[in-house]
Amino acid sequence: MAMARITYREIDGGTTYWSLLLGLSALVLIGLGSAWYMEHHGHIVTGMSNRIVWGIPHVFAIFLILAASGALNVASIASVFEGAAYKPLARLSGLMAIALLIGGLAVLVLDLGRPERLIVAMTTYNFKSIFAWNIFLYTGFLVVVMAYLFVQMEPTMTRHIKAVGWFALVWRLVLTSGTGSIFGWLVARQAYDAAIMAPLFIAMSFAYGLAVFILVLMAACKINRRPLGGALVNRLGKLLGVFAGAVLYMTAMMHLTNLYAAEHGGVERFILADGGVYTAAFWLGHIVVGCLAPMALMLSPNLRTSRLLVAVASGLVIVGAIAHLYVIIIGGQAFPLLMFPGQEVSSSFFDGVVAPYSPSLPEFGLALGGVALALAITLGGMRVLRFMPQSLADDDASPAANQSPA
Amino acid sequence: MAPSSVFAIILAALVLSASMAPQHWSARAAEPSTGVPVPKPPKGRGNECVAETDYIRRYHMQLLDHQRDDTVHEGIRTKQFSLKQCIDCHAVQGPDNKPVAYDDPSHFCRSCHDYAAVAIDCFECHDSKPQKSAAAREAFRGSMLALEGYLKARGP
Amino acid sequence: MSRDHQRNNAPQEQSRRDILRGAAALGGLALAPGVTLHLIGGEAAARPADEAVSDTHRWGMLIDAGKCGDGCQECVTACADENGWDPDGKLPTDAQWIRKIDLRDPKSGAERTLPMMCQHCASPPCVDVCPTGASFKRADGIVLVDKHTCIGCRYCVMACPYNARSFVHEPLTDQKAHAPRGKGTVESCTMCVHRVDAGKQPACVERCNDAAGGAMLFGDLNDPTSEISKRIATYATARVRADLGLDTGVYYRNI
Repeated sequence: MAMARITYREIDGGTTYWSLLLGLSALVLIGLGSAWYMEHHGHIVTGMSNRIVWGIPHVFAIFLILAASGALNVASIASVFEGAAYKPLARLSGLMAIALLIGGLAVLVLDLGRPERLIVAMTTYNFKSIFAWNIFLYTGFLVVVMAYLFVQMEPTMTRHIKAVGWFALVWRLVLTSGTGSIFGWLVARQAYDAAIMAPLFIAMSFAYGLAVFILVLMAACKINRRPLGGALVNRLGKLLGVFAGAVLYMTAMMHLTNLYAAEHGGVERFILADGGVYTAAFWLGHIVVGCLAPMALMLSPNLRTSRLLVAVASGLVIVGAIAHLYVIIIGGQAFPLLMFPGQEVSSSFFDGVVAPYSPSLPEFGLALGGVALALAITLGGMRVLRFMPQSLADDDASPAANQSPA
Repeated sequence: MAPSSVFAIILAALVLSASMAPQHWSARAAEPSTGVPVPKPPKGRGNECVAETDYIRRYHMQLLDHQRDDTVHEGIRTKQFSLKQCIDCHAVQGPDNKPVAYDDPSHFCRSCHDYAAVAIDCFECHDSKPQKSAAAREAFRGSMLALEGYLKARGP
Repeated sequence: MSRDHQRNNAPQEQSRRDILRGAAALGGLALAPGVTLHLIGGEAAARPADEAVSDTHRWGMLIDAGKCGDGCQECVTACADENGWDPDGKLPTDAQWIRKIDLRDPKSGAERTLPMMCQHCASPPCVDVCPTGASFKRADGIVLVDKHTCIGCRYCVMACPYNARSFVHEPLTDQKAHAPRGKGTVESCTMCVHRVDAGKQPACVERCNDAAGGAMLFGDLNDPTSEISKRIATYATARVRADLGLDTGVYYRNI
């Protein structure tokens, strides 16, 4: 390859590193404490109920799982689609994919009603359940990405990068389809039960994973005083804008299709017009903050040259992601099941009404613990192994690729 | 360490434990002569358990697990190895002459499980006290109500 | 018949219990399972305790909303009494195995009321989605949760079209011996499987017939000569969310 040799080096273990690690560990401890509290008292101490059975922990867990598969995209572009500019980032991409997935899974597992029975989930399977398949897809993903990292980092193995890269790409696409299908295959619920959930989640993973990747990359370069080229940031920013557009497109198609069918009128009115916090989260959070604003920033060639604005756009995508997942997961459950179409329904079990939900502190504690765990693993990983290039300056990293930024 | 000395130590341990085991575990054991604390499971109702005591002691968890799957999935409700039956025969009376629940350290299951430090979660869901007489009374009341309903419906 | 398994110290208590025990034995003798059910018009016969359940029967219910009383909660309290959950709990975290749903047609103003619980689908979505197989359908069509393998993921609660399932949000004590329930697992109507296995009817059906309008009928959908099959063959019946094609075991009339 006509490219300068990239030198990877562990990050330094200075005061910044240790204080960051300490802070993240404290958050992980808060997460564990929250999980213990929820486990000890039961889910009564959360805002979750028989109507909202999945709450804030699931919003963040699914965000992390989507971001995990999305973070791997950078490596896929480098090794499968020969994007030379992304090559120096491939190792960090793999590390983050593993770290984010572990963070997300930790939240999911610790939220279980019987987390101590994880061994049951690992030994007893119902293969008709997409959840059971996901257990294999998630654990398999960790193994595949580790293998991917190995062939990248072991000099005698580099000839296998492309093959393993292909395998990892297909695996992560299947994995994200599985995550989307958790909702897409729920026949009973008005807000789900749609094949578009799988591709929608794939588009979401592209955007969320890249946004997290950009912010971690910028932070890692800054605290380690490693150069980060403007052309590279520009390139990542543009890609982020395209991905945000893909999410917007999928969302639009999903709701337009639903609006066409009279039977879905109720749930669409709820999400789009009179759903209160869910409507606000949808339009302001998901559409404006999560899609339109980052698109405006990143698809305008002048604005995305600003490193600060790329960081801002990444932050906006993440805020929009949480809002979007809140609407999908919580809003989808809050809208009542349609058991008797056309009838007014009432009962002691919150039939026919929007289910109340106010998340509690332990839920946020557990969720943030998972985020912190993912970041701590990324940070520690960069310290012990050579994931980070010595320099990502445009001339060092990939002179050929950056001569004409696409 | 030479293989022979390892063997000797293991042999010694085996002999030692074998000499102590009957005192610990046999239902008919005399008071232990050593100062070692031993579990003293209270005697159940009747003369014998649903199988050999030694067998039950070693395999009760497998028996209960097997029965549990048979009952939950197949609807097999034989009594021999049912948890309810264990609870009925091995109820321990508290100071108020009522059977104690699992949260009382004198509960039959706890007499050994506390000693062996083996935590069980059966009684997070299952009743740890016999409900036999209460259930019988309830069944009787239900049958009488049904009879009354039938007679009413049938008319004079 | 009814063996006393308790060792009593007080002689007076002993004699009182002896009387009770004798009375219970008498009741049992007079109304042994088959006889009992013949008398009250049921059709289940107790299966031998050592015989596995088979698909010869498919248990179901027919509920006539026309006979279901407005404000009547008898089936709900019967279920709560039988299975040991609190019928007065109204928090969204409280378990409700069965509940009354009130319907009102906004156009005509017509009102109806009916009990709603697990519909014991032949193709239950809760069973499909359960990762560990804890949610399962018995050979006779009764849908249950094996709480020993339930990890508390609540995916089945998400999948159920009838809001029939509850998640136990708190530690529980004093459960019924025949209806174990515990924190961190999902539960729902068992169609009183312990009673059905003993040849009896579900508690809600029995109470509705004894103390209310007799709106509920329990029986074998596989047996064309059963009362429930004959009524379903005679009258127009409906099933809730029949569009999902789940082949529920609970039929309704007049909804």
